[in-house]
Amino acid sequence: MIVVVLPAHLRTPAGVTGDVNLEIEGAVTRRSILDALEARYPMLRGTIRDHVAGERRPMLRFFACSEDVTHDSPDAPLPEAIASGAEPFYIIGAIAGG
Amino acid sequence: MKGSVVDPNRIYASQTSGWFGQIIQRSDDGGETWFQPGTPAGEATSSEDGMPKGESNKFVYDSSEETGKPLTTHQFYDGTLKPWVFKRVWHLEPSLDNPDVVYAGIEDAALFRSADGGQTWQELPALRGHGTGPQWQPGAGGLCLHTIILDPDNPQRIFVAISAAGAFRTDDGGATWKPINKGLHSLYIPDATAEVGHCVHHIAKHPSNSNILFMQKHWDVLRSDDAGDNWHEISGNLPTDFGFAIDVHAHEPETVYVVPIKSDSEHYPPEGKLRVYRSRSGGNEWEPLTKGLPQENCYVNVLRDAMAIDSLDSCGVYFGTTGGQVYGSSDSGDTWAPIVRDLPPVLSVEVQTLS
Repeated sequence: MIVVVLPAHLRTPAGVTGDVNLEIEGAVTRRSILDALEARYPMLRGTIRDHVAGERRPMLRFFACSEDVTHDSPDAPLPEAIASGAEPFYIIGAIAGG
Repeated sequence: MKGSVVDPNRIYASQTSGWFGQIIQRSDDGGETWFQPGTPAGEATSSEDGMPKGESNKFVYDSSEETGKPLTTHQFYDGTLKPWVFKRVWHLEPSLDNPDVVYAGIEDAALFRSADGGQTWQELPALRGHGTGPQWQPGAGGLCLHTIILDPDNPQRIFVAISAAGAFRTDDGGATWKPINKGLHSLYIPDATAEVGHCVHHIAKHPSNSNILFMQKHWDVLRSDDAGDNWHEISGNLPTDFGFAIDVHAHEPETVYVVPIKSDSEHYPPEGKLRVYRSRSGGNEWEPLTKGLPQENCYVNVLRDAMAIDSLDSCGVYFGTTGGQVYGSSDSGDTWAPIVRDLPPVLSVEVQTLS
């Protein structure tokens, strides 16, 4: 089971109050996590990745085990602690503003 | 946001941010509760036969060979070529006869339509692709389609306005479009009378007349008596003819309201006096309406979608400011009072007249 921490702004549209748990078959990567997240919460499509190109929205970042994986390949395997659910996968809105 | 005139409980709202993009919200109970009309959480995102289901925040330009238009480029401020990229929804305009039909004006400028209550959106690509699109340039706020006017007497006729391209009209439900900017004179563009390139800020029309339009341009207030084919200036004695908001009285087709703003670089009322100007002669002769409005040290702006008219006999007029005030007049503008004073900058004011 994968644990995903959504930014607060996306919890309201997704209708969740805490972390999100996802089941993923096969390799646990950023792409497979986001695919599973969007399949379960269709209203989040377009809010994290562009609908058409699938590119990350520019002011979002991804963290795994305190490491910034934003600019890693979306198909790179994530650490075992993420795959096992011991550590959450963070989707974070960039802090821009006062 | 805007409510349906067919079903006042149906309200559509556009929510957007640079972080998380576009979200469409809908209320079916007059604003008590809101939801995103696309596929609910936990439901499959495609039907059994593999067709994708509703995604209410998905706006994809139609470049298909069957129904679409090629995705060309438009111009950036400096004339360099940029691809069309969806950024956000600027205006939602519900149909006049079906609460599930709603139009969306978007940035980069195009017109979309939903026939399923906002679950899915399809472009009306003939506007973006009618020919002048590659010449369009953004206004200060972006290349946005911000004004959509539907005609109760002619369902095939739609007017739109785009900053900074100009005004456009279709008479066949969106199959074909033409620029309607003849008579516009914009000194800040290379060809002051060009077919496109004018920064039209807003257009208003009285429901009873398909042909009379009023326009607040970047500079100049104008009028057309032939559905936009020709325009002439009616700024008359206004203290400045820059501004954003414009609207028409509910029962007097020749009574028009504007809120003059000092200039394109100084977005506040002249002399710091917040004045609505009213013309009861269809333009040229304007009177300041000041009773109840601050007449000193007022440095707010009134944005294009932040004025609305109700349909009561006495005609209520409402407008919001970038300072967070919303003012209302229950007597056609003669007197004003604040409805609320401490909101964030007001982008949109809409009125529903409930029986």
